[in-house]
Amino acid sequence: MWAPRVSILPITTITRERRLPLPGNVLVKLNQRVAATEVIAEARLPRAHLYFNVARQLKLPPKAAAKAMRVRAGEQVSQNAVLAESEGLFPQQIRSPRPGRVVLASEGEILLEVESVTLPLLAGMPGIVTQVIPRYGAIIQSNGALIQGVFGNGRVDSGLLLNLMEREGEVISASRLDLSMRGAILLAGQCREAEVLRQAAEIPVRGLILSSLAPPLIPLALQMKYPIIVTDGLWPSPMNPLAFKLLTSHARREITLNAQFYDRKEGMRPEIVIPLPVSPEPKENNVESFAPGQKVFILRVPYAGQIGQVIQLLPEAATFPSGLRAAAAEVRLENGEQVLVPLLNMQLVD
Amino acid sequence: MPVSVIEGESLLAVDIGNVNTRAALFDIVDGEYRFLATACVPSTAMAPWNDVTEGVRQALEVLQQLIEHPLLTPNRQLILPTQEDGSGVDGLVVTASAGRALKTVLVGLLNDVSLQSARHLAESIPGVILDTIHLHDQRRFEKQIDAILALQPDLLLITGGVDGGASRSVLHLVEAAGLGVYLLPEEKRPAILYAGNAALAKEIREILAPYARFLQIAPNVRPSLDEEDLLPAQHALAELCTTLRRQELRGMEELLQWSGGHMLPTHYAEARLVRFLSQTLGAGRSILAVDLGASTTSLLLGHDGQTFVRVLPLGVGEPLPQLLNQIKAEDILRWTHFDLPSHRVIDFAYQKAIYPQTISVTQEELSLELAFAREILRQGMRELRQSYPEVLPPFPALEMILVSGATLTRLAHFGPALLAVLDAIQPAGLSSVLLDPNGLLPMLGAAAGRNSLIPVHVLESNALINLGTVVSVVASGAYGTPVLKVQLTYENGTEARLDVRHGNLEVIPLPAESTARLKLQPVSHVDIGLGRGRGGTFTITGGLMGVIIDARGRPLGLPEDVIRRRELAKKWLWTLGG
Repeated sequence: MWAPRVSILPITTITRERRLPLPGNVLVKLNQRVAATEVIAEARLPRAHLYFNVARQLKLPPKAAAKAMRVRAGEQVSQNAVLAESEGLFPQQIRSPRPGRVVLASEGEILLEVESVTLPLLAGMPGIVTQVIPRYGAIIQSNGALIQGVFGNGRVDSGLLLNLMEREGEVISASRLDLSMRGAILLAGQCREAEVLRQAAEIPVRGLILSSLAPPLIPLALQMKYPIIVTDGLWPSPMNPLAFKLLTSHARREITLNAQFYDRKEGMRPEIVIPLPVSPEPKENNVESFAPGQKVFILRVPYAGQIGQVIQLLPEAATFPSGLRAAAAEVRLENGEQVLVPLLNMQLVD
Repeated sequence: MPVSVIEGESLLAVDIGNVNTRAALFDIVDGEYRFLATACVPSTAMAPWNDVTEGVRQALEVLQQLIEHPLLTPNRQLILPTQEDGSGVDGLVVTASAGRALKTVLVGLLNDVSLQSARHLAESIPGVILDTIHLHDQRRFEKQIDAILALQPDLLLITGGVDGGASRSVLHLVEAAGLGVYLLPEEKRPAILYAGNAALAKEIREILAPYARFLQIAPNVRPSLDEEDLLPAQHALAELCTTLRRQELRGMEELLQWSGGHMLPTHYAEARLVRFLSQTLGAGRSILAVDLGASTTSLLLGHDGQTFVRVLPLGVGEPLPQLLNQIKAEDILRWTHFDLPSHRVIDFAYQKAIYPQTISVTQEELSLELAFAREILRQGMRELRQSYPEVLPPFPALEMILVSGATLTRLAHFGPALLAVLDAIQPAGLSSVLLDPNGLLPMLGAAAGRNSLIPVHVLESNALINLGTVVSVVASGAYGTPVLKVQLTYENGTEARLDVRHGNLEVIPLPAESTARLKLQPVSHVDIGLGRGRGGTFTITGGLMGVIIDARGRPLGLPEDVIRRRELAKKWLWTLGG
């Protein structure tokens, strides 16, 4: 059975493809150095239109309506511009109530695009553009520490990491936040109060790293303008010791939070990147099967959130207290305890 | 003997889901088709593989170890057809439910006519209806266009007008939808199915074909005002869905070639099998198949040779937090006998959402998973009933209940699964309950397209797990009052007699493959599907659990008192051997 993987790496080469969902303009060049919040490509999406039925509005037969049209597709028009005009002694006009772009003008119909949105694509981490994907985006590479999480609120930012955690199970309260934290990214533990998120916005901080976030706070987290990454769970959960050690050892260093949404299909996870001035050899990221000696992260109770090492894979399916039978491994937890875990309930830790 | 059996064509079936990929082998044994072996591996439809063929190859590697003959060449290509040395198979059929739920917009004339049929059509696939554009839509023409642009649907279902009926209004609606599609970037344009007024088919094709990603024209779902004919449009929609999945999922093209084009959406294939089973049951009798997956849940009712389908974008994986937007944690906790705080329900939902492939290891977790299963199935039953109230009464008489999905079929003890199914579906009268732990139903539905004997032979060969016959009593009354006298006469003449009281579940052993005469005599106000107070004698076959008498009442009422409720839940579970 192939093993899913989560990355908690002290040093690695990180290569990420950033791609627009629809074609647009790429704004970066090969070998260009980019910041995490830099827009590397953008696409335009039309959002609002106005429709004019010339025949109906000018009370003309279809042929005359076609003749009455004064604009062509692709044309930019200003507010009050004449879009169509009837002939005769008392000509009637259709004028554009707003500036816009004519997207359709034929057979007595005019469609005017009056509003569009620009979809920016951010670099997501500081690095170098190693490949430009024409019309869609780029591939960016960086070196440093990498910690993947389970929840992100869709924002990106960089800042100095400030550690508010003394132990893995720390629960953050709003009273611990103050103005001295302005512009920092806070390593803050478990979050169960809305006030923490609100106060962090008021300071304002550049980001929050949480080990867990109470689910009722998810809608609020999604509204926050600063990035929030949850490393371990949307249930009460201490930070896993690997992430905790790695993050606390990089306190006061500039880090980046790419709090992109967790997307199983695309394999995208929210990521914390700590850029480091070293260049490790790029590692082959082959998909592996579970095997003895591997470091694993346990996903479900009764050992959820614990890190362990695979001792051996059981030759036959094991029966668990729930009565379910499944392929399993013997795993030694960090406290030395040896437990049985279904393979489906583990993922490899890089 | 039919030609197809003499030819002895072996058949491999694979089903690709978002969480699992399954493979099953069918071949001739003693002149009849049999299900020989199956393998299930984690799906590779998503990252890091993003290639469905890898999961199929892994499943075939497991399968060839089990059957001890090769199915793949050393470079992992499927061996087709069977070689002289016995390696390989003669054919392959593929079913697939992997992929994202399809974002769908409906276009139709009237809400309770063509649009209702469009809704029925959309509800038969794994998708989400995001918007409807119709004659009484209050939005301006351009706002309808903007809605299409903002939603970027994967699929546009257009209906409207009876055959020979309205045409101008339909064309006006199509114009708005068509303009929206035209303005979308080419990569984002939806597939379009038109199943409206047949007289407009040519014109619709001319308007939409240049811009649609794919366009299918199907026979009208509403040929007349009082007639709904979904089947041809469902077939066209199945083809369209397969085309979309081929574009979305890497590896589907290769599988399409391997299978010689025998590829169907999982739910459509399963519906085909349910229709076939319904035809064999005869008029007025119903069969229900429920498939509880990680991302979607399907309920398929077969009645009078027709199928009525509802696929919900709910399952015991990623969508669980969405379910908690509709129900309270207490609605989940009422089904478990464990004393758990409500936050455990929420924690469980998010854990399964983030890691849908994981399994419940502790009894408490399993109890929560089965509680969620109940609520999903209950919602499915409600929605299926709303769509087809004429064929699905509140307590339906179901001749057969087929249950699929790992949560309900992979347990070491069948009692908890059976209890969850009965709690959710609340059937009335006599029902056989069969589990499909290997997910064979859609595979057999697809196999029927190649060889119609395969499903017939395989279903007759105990490939499904028959739990037994459930007698569901429709009664309301005080707990403990007598409701039914039961007399079971075994083949050897011995008898078992039981006085069943309201609120109880009873089990009478009757081994699988044995038959017995079951005499039921309800008291005057009680109905066992034959009318109040009317009893009868039936010949029934046994199953792993025997005969189960569910006298807990319909609707199933759970005590308000929490302690009492937990005690009862524990007692019922214990009775069923959970």
